[in-house]
Amino acid sequence: MSTATPTRAPHSDVPSGHRPGSGRVGAGVFDPGQLVKSLPDAVRKLDPRVMVKSPVMFVVLVGSVVTTALAISDPGDWFGWVIAVWLWLTVIFANLAEAVAEGRGKAQADTLRKAKTDTVARRLVGGREERVPGTELTVGDLVVCEAGDIIPGDGDVVAGVASVDESAITGESAPVIRESGGDRSAVTGGTKVLSDRIEIRITTKPGETFIDRMIALVEGAARQKTPNEIALNILLASLTIVFMLAVVTLKPFAIYAGADDETSLIVLTALLVCLIPTTIGALLSAIGIAGMDRLVQRNVLAMSGRAVEAAGDVSTLLLDKTGTITLGNRRAAEFVPVRGTTAAELADAAQLSSLADETPEGRSVVVLAKEKYGLRERHQGELSHAEWVPFTAQTRMSGVDADGRKVRKGATGSILAWVREHGGTVADDADRVSDRISEAGGTPLLVAVEDDRGARVLGVIHLKDVVKDGMRERFTELRRMGIRTVMITGDNPLTARAIAEEAGVDDFLAEATPEDKMALIKREQAGGKLVAMTGDGTNDAPALAQADVGVAMNTGTSAAKEAGNMVDLDSNPTKLIEIVEIGKQLLITRGALTTFSIANDVAKYFAIIPAMFAVAYPGLDKLNIMRLASPESAILSAVIFNALIIVALVPLALKGVRYRPTSADRMLRRNLGIYGLGGLIAPFIGIKIIDLLLSLVPGIG
Amino acid sequence: MSPVLSGAVQLSALAAALALVIRPLGDYMATMYSSNRHLRVERWIYKAIGANPDTEMRWPAYLRGVLAFSLASLLFLYGLQRFQGSLPGSLGFSSIDPDQAFNTAASFVANTNWQSYYGEQAMGHVVQTGGLAVQNFVSAAVGMAVAVALVRGFARTRTGELGNFWSDLVRGVVRILVPIAVVAAVVLVATGAIQNFSGIHEVGQFSGGTQEWNGGAVASQEVIKELGTNGGGYFNANSAHPFENPNAFSNLLEVFLILVIPFSLTRTFGRMVGSVKQGYAILATMAVIWLGFTALMMWTEFHGGGPAFEAAGGAMEGKEDRFGIGGSAIFSVATTLTSTGAVNSFHSSNTAFGGGINLLGMQLGEIAPGGVGSGLYGMLIMAVIAVFLAGLMVGRTPEYLGKKIGTREIKFAACYILVTPALVLGFTAASMALPTPPDSMTNTGAHGFSEVLYAFTSGANNNGSAFAGLNADTQWFNTTVGLAMLLGRFLPMVFVLALAGSLAEQKPVPETAGTLRTEKPMFTGLLVGSILIITGLTYFPALALGPLAEGLA
Repeated sequence: MSTATPTRAPHSDVPSGHRPGSGRVGAGVFDPGQLVKSLPDAVRKLDPRVMVKSPVMFVVLVGSVVTTALAISDPGDWFGWVIAVWLWLTVIFANLAEAVAEGRGKAQADTLRKAKTDTVARRLVGGREERVPGTELTVGDLVVCEAGDIIPGDGDVVAGVASVDESAITGESAPVIRESGGDRSAVTGGTKVLSDRIEIRITTKPGETFIDRMIALVEGAARQKTPNEIALNILLASLTIVFMLAVVTLKPFAIYAGADDETSLIVLTALLVCLIPTTIGALLSAIGIAGMDRLVQRNVLAMSGRAVEAAGDVSTLLLDKTGTITLGNRRAAEFVPVRGTTAAELADAAQLSSLADETPEGRSVVVLAKEKYGLRERHQGELSHAEWVPFTAQTRMSGVDADGRKVRKGATGSILAWVREHGGTVADDADRVSDRISEAGGTPLLVAVEDDRGARVLGVIHLKDVVKDGMRERFTELRRMGIRTVMITGDNPLTARAIAEEAGVDDFLAEATPEDKMALIKREQAGGKLVAMTGDGTNDAPALAQADVGVAMNTGTSAAKEAGNMVDLDSNPTKLIEIVEIGKQLLITRGALTTFSIANDVAKYFAIIPAMFAVAYPGLDKLNIMRLASPESAILSAVIFNALIIVALVPLALKGVRYRPTSADRMLRRNLGIYGLGGLIAPFIGIKIIDLLLSLVPGIG
Repeated sequence: MSPVLSGAVQLSALAAALALVIRPLGDYMATMYSSNRHLRVERWIYKAIGANPDTEMRWPAYLRGVLAFSLASLLFLYGLQRFQGSLPGSLGFSSIDPDQAFNTAASFVANTNWQSYYGEQAMGHVVQTGGLAVQNFVSAAVGMAVAVALVRGFARTRTGELGNFWSDLVRGVVRILVPIAVVAAVVLVATGAIQNFSGIHEVGQFSGGTQEWNGGAVASQEVIKELGTNGGGYFNANSAHPFENPNAFSNLLEVFLILVIPFSLTRTFGRMVGSVKQGYAILATMAVIWLGFTALMMWTEFHGGGPAFEAAGGAMEGKEDRFGIGGSAIFSVATTLTSTGAVNSFHSSNTAFGGGINLLGMQLGEIAPGGVGSGLYGMLIMAVIAVFLAGLMVGRTPEYLGKKIGTREIKFAACYILVTPALVLGFTAASMALPTPPDSMTNTGAHGFSEVLYAFTSGANNNGSAFAGLNADTQWFNTTVGLAMLLGRFLPMVFVLALAGSLAEQKPVPETAGTLRTEKPMFTGLLVGSILIITGLTYFPALALGPLAEGLA
């Protein structure tokens, strides 16, 4: 049987860094040194034309300018100067957050740029070869590359086969095979041919190649605001307007109350900056960049932020069986002897006959015999006078003739024919066992022998798909998150059902054609569900384009990569689950910090309102529940807290809040507890501590 | 029975009565707004106004209906007052000045019923019954229609159609407001409220001298004044007047009428979106705030220090003896948490914190349970905002009732919550900054400021109650409060209907384990918290300079 050739890239089973079962989105590392390094960038971002994109921080910028002007007009007022300085720091901290987030992508972009050194292309024109710069290639050009050449642009192999070093893009040093036709024809500009010669048809214009897009992506140049980010920005802008109203109208109220002096423009500006949601306003873009970056760290390139967000919303995952749910190949799971034969006998024969079978299935028989029946793995050289019959796709069996004994193992039909040919008989239970294995979704292989007792079947090897470790748990987690998993397979329904049950997926699509896949996606989408899938073949392209999140494998064809909205450089389909988690984490981080930011305001009011009005209405000093030292230190403490909390939260914004797959209810309870309640309480403590420190400064306390 | 116990008993009786009625009334309204049958009298009305009650309207058409109808009402009511002097049945009162006529017309069309006039000294039978009382019905029905349109926006999918404004309007009047009003008016008359068209009686006073008493169709107007959360009294003393509100029982009946439709609409909402639990979550949010505010109000009014307080058993100044502190506290919270604005006590004479509770109650945006219709749509807007934050925190694009809260939806909700704070704070600041408006204050210091803040809070939130103490019949206040009322009523409606249209176009998102559960107590808690924090943050400085400065002194 073992006819299957591995269709995946050599490193399709390379672990992606995800620890199965742990169910946590890992975080990128944050080094405080990055804050210092990014300072120049942060200052450069003070350009009002850039700042205006974030309405909240733009208001702070205007506030900084106003307070600075006021401080200059009254240079003797130390309070004005200090406030002005801290407002500037607030803006710079916000820019710093963004700069740090971008900085992490820049390093990656530099590495990519190195790969994109100017290449010379060997263009074929009418069978003649000419040398042109890689930048002059146009779509449809034919180029040739030989060992040692850098591939000048993205394209498809049209002739030949070669091993290619794609480490410049994937970071994976093992070379991959690229050949014409089939699903492994795509090559990427900037990668290096290690052996042989291939002809490539260029499919992308220079400047728009995969590597160019990657550089733009990791640098954040191509970053556009995502739908949820825009919606959040609108809400933040409207809150900013509400607080501007509250602060601007406060002046006439204060004059009437007799608190004109205490509500100088500087104090009111300070109050406004404290109230508007600066914490989330400052970190919003860093959160977005970091979210994309988390994907890049996992070697996934999202072509748009929208796709990352959509990943969080996905409610149906289409997963290919092979490589995603099961290991790439079937494995021997059991030896079932026919009546009159012992299991040990069968195992021995099975192992012997499989030594000449180099397919993964064949090797798994040897391994099973060793592990389960304690049979030492023998080598072909150990048996003298042995005549080996290697496995071929034509004979569909392998075996050995030694010591007057012929042992064979192979597909049911081939072995039956062989036994009959040698005048042997087939035990009637061999058929029964084979049928039972087929019904259970496995593949039966027969083992037969011809010795002094004649030719006969010894038993059956049960080959089955092996579900990857921890998949069941992952699917349970996904179910808890409200995500349905559908297994896609070319197997017959019987086999598919058995594997689906074993893996614990919610549903399966058997004997799936690309059309079936497409129909399934459309059906799910019609019900309002968002669908995510992976794919690599050209025939996957329409479905990849239709899916809300389509992750193309980097080993796949350029058509698939073009159609999907993400590319997984590791070509590891299991990563889809991580992508979903990263999408969710991105949204949660935004929501949590917004809640935190708004909840913070309560404490700030309790600091600033009594500071402004306790002179006019002494009773309002009762609102000074933090017992802050003086009006000046109260206002200053609130402003300083407001600025420092941004820096304090940069690591959280970059790493994303902790995410565990669980139900919405539990997630909400947890995040409300930490960021809602925490946001309410934290500033009371923080402001009090800053006030205590400030009151040590002579002239404030 | 001690006054505190009596208050608690009254509150429990009220809550029990409401609990009994919410379900049947809510179901009835849901069926009624979803039916395609027309009553004969309704057909006559449609024919008379030339409207086709069976065409489905998209949101711009629905909005045009709302605005056209309201504009016509505004002009009619304005004209009626301006020509009162020449109309028969006007008890000899003269025409109303332009600024006051504008203010009153705006006030009644906007379901606010702010009154800068003295009913018994300015308005005759024709204006009272033919103008004001009619608006009490139709302006309430407009609010309910808009709420139902928003509910349809949640309930319907892949269509922009929100129903038919004319049919919603007419049904609200004919099938809900009129029947309940008729029954309740009879009961109210039985308790001693008057209902006649007699003229002005001169009556001798115990202390010597005479007093003029008007007759009028008081009971019928009183009932719709409460039922439609209008609040405009026949008499200046409003529900403190014995002809409007004779005794403790009529008082409870009136509070019941104030609350019954706004609370029941939550059930209607639940039924129409296909999940009564969702309706109950909204109901619970409203009830928590209502009960909490009432308890706080009772506490501060019974509490209080000083010899006068102790002698009276609480803050009795400005309250009617026949209602007591309990009956007054229940009424004043109900009237300020709904957009009613009827009063049975002087809110200005409440304790400082009591006045603050009245102010904050209105500043919440009249959503707990709020005005008829406007309470539900206001609360749903807050739910959209809360869902947006909470939804992000569970890692999905926020969705409410299977509809995504995206850029468009959040834009409309954000605009909605901007309107009233802008009006309240803007007009109050202008009044304080300009030289003459502060002359209207009859108090100084923080209490004087509270009077102005109260006026615009009441106007922009379409409440209509007055703090008393502010002379609001000036050109400035008539005009600005009038504008606040109109803008505070109709601008939010624009955003509500736009939101409804956008929701109705969406295809539904199926509910999964990853969906935020909006029918759970946790969401109710979150919603209560969001409402209190967002309103609190908006108005805290202003409240600090008014009731807080006074109360903490």
